[in-house]
Amino acid sequence: MVTAVTNFGRSGLYDWLVQRVSGVVLLAYFIFIGAVVVANPDMSYQEWRTTFEPTWVRVFSVAALLSLAAHAWIGLWCTLTDYVTPRMMGAKANLLRGVLTCVCAVALFTYVVWGISIIWGS
Amino acid sequence: MLQVSIYRYNPDTDSEPYMQDLEVDTGGKDLMVLDVLELIKAQDSSVAYRRSCREGVCGSDGVNMNGKNGLACISPLSTTVKNNKLIVRPLPGLPVVRDLVVDMTLFYAQYEKIQPYLQNDTPAPAIERLQTPAEREKLDGLYECILCACCSTSCPSFWWNPDRFIGPAGLLQAYRFLADSRDTATEDRLANLDDPFSVFRCHGIQNCVAVCPKGLNPTRAIGHIRNMLLQRAT
Ligand code: SF4
Ligand code: SF4
Repeated sequence: MVTAVTNFGRSGLYDWLVQRVSGVVLLAYFIFIGAVVVANPDMSYQEWRTTFEPTWVRVFSVAALLSLAAHAWIGLWCTLTDYVTPRMMGAKANLLRGVLTCVCAVALFTYVVWGISIIWGS
Repeated sequence: MLQVSIYRYNPDTDSEPYMQDLEVDTGGKDLMVLDVLELIKAQDSSVAYRRSCREGVCGSDGVNMNGKNGLACISPLSTTVKNNKLIVRPLPGLPVVRDLVVDMTLFYAQYEKIQPYLQNDTPAPAIERLQTPAEREKLDGLYECILCACCSTSCPSFWWNPDRFIGPAGLLQAYRFLADSRDTATEDRLANLDDPFSVFRCHGIQNCVAVCPKGLNPTRAIGHIRNMLLQRAT
């Protein structure tokens, strides 16, 4: 039996909504970054850095980072509870899924903290 | 001669399933797949499959034909067979009892979960609970389901979690009662569906819509359920 204690919001509707909203935030952010890159074909590193100076860009970047983490968590959780289950691979699956879930959690947490320190540090 | 390859498995005598190849003389006619199975049974009476009405009403002869689920009795060879070859397998994802006969326990357990009966806690009127024609119309495209399981057994989400995802057939029926103006258990019904598996394992792949022999659209019903859950929460 696959349990639901590790999903994001404990309710299917909440996860679904987070998945949709975070998707929209990510789309908006990638359009923004894409536009910046296209509008400045010969951008230097210094110019690229100044793009991220304004507070609203930093807030937007952190929002996109958190959306990415939430989006990835829900997606990975769904994938793991589809394929790494006792039904698919026998009794050891629950332990394996627990380990993989932890790996995902640690990786996403690291990326979020690291990302915020890059965006907001200096 | 039609080339037929049919899935065989008898747990009493076979250590594992195998495909049996045979030739069937269709007399050049555009038979239904069920007719071909009957001809095969005349050659080899050990072949097992379910059937009853032979006209797409009972829903018992759901099988997988050339990779697509459907009812054998209303699937003509002309639209099923490719390169003169017919491949018949049991519905995917459910345990095989024997040959083309699958164990439907998991499928029915999901159907039972959605409480497929009208619930109304108001006093019963003298004759019957009435509906307007518009209210009755909301049940069209829902009540016609014959529970053949073609949809749920073509849904990858149901393959992976048949014990927790209700599946398209069960969800179509869940919506049939959510949409019924005479049913008063809406809140309970929705509360039972708001976990990460029952409804939300549907990823809109729409295999269910592609195979339903009655032309029903479980994906649309699932979308309606999601909207009802959303409205309930906001
Ligand atoms: S639309 Fe949903 S229920 Fe239908 S086959 Fe796809 S995942 Fe399954
Ligand atoms: S929705 Fe269609 S395919 Fe699914 S069980 Fe009902 S009749 Fe069969």
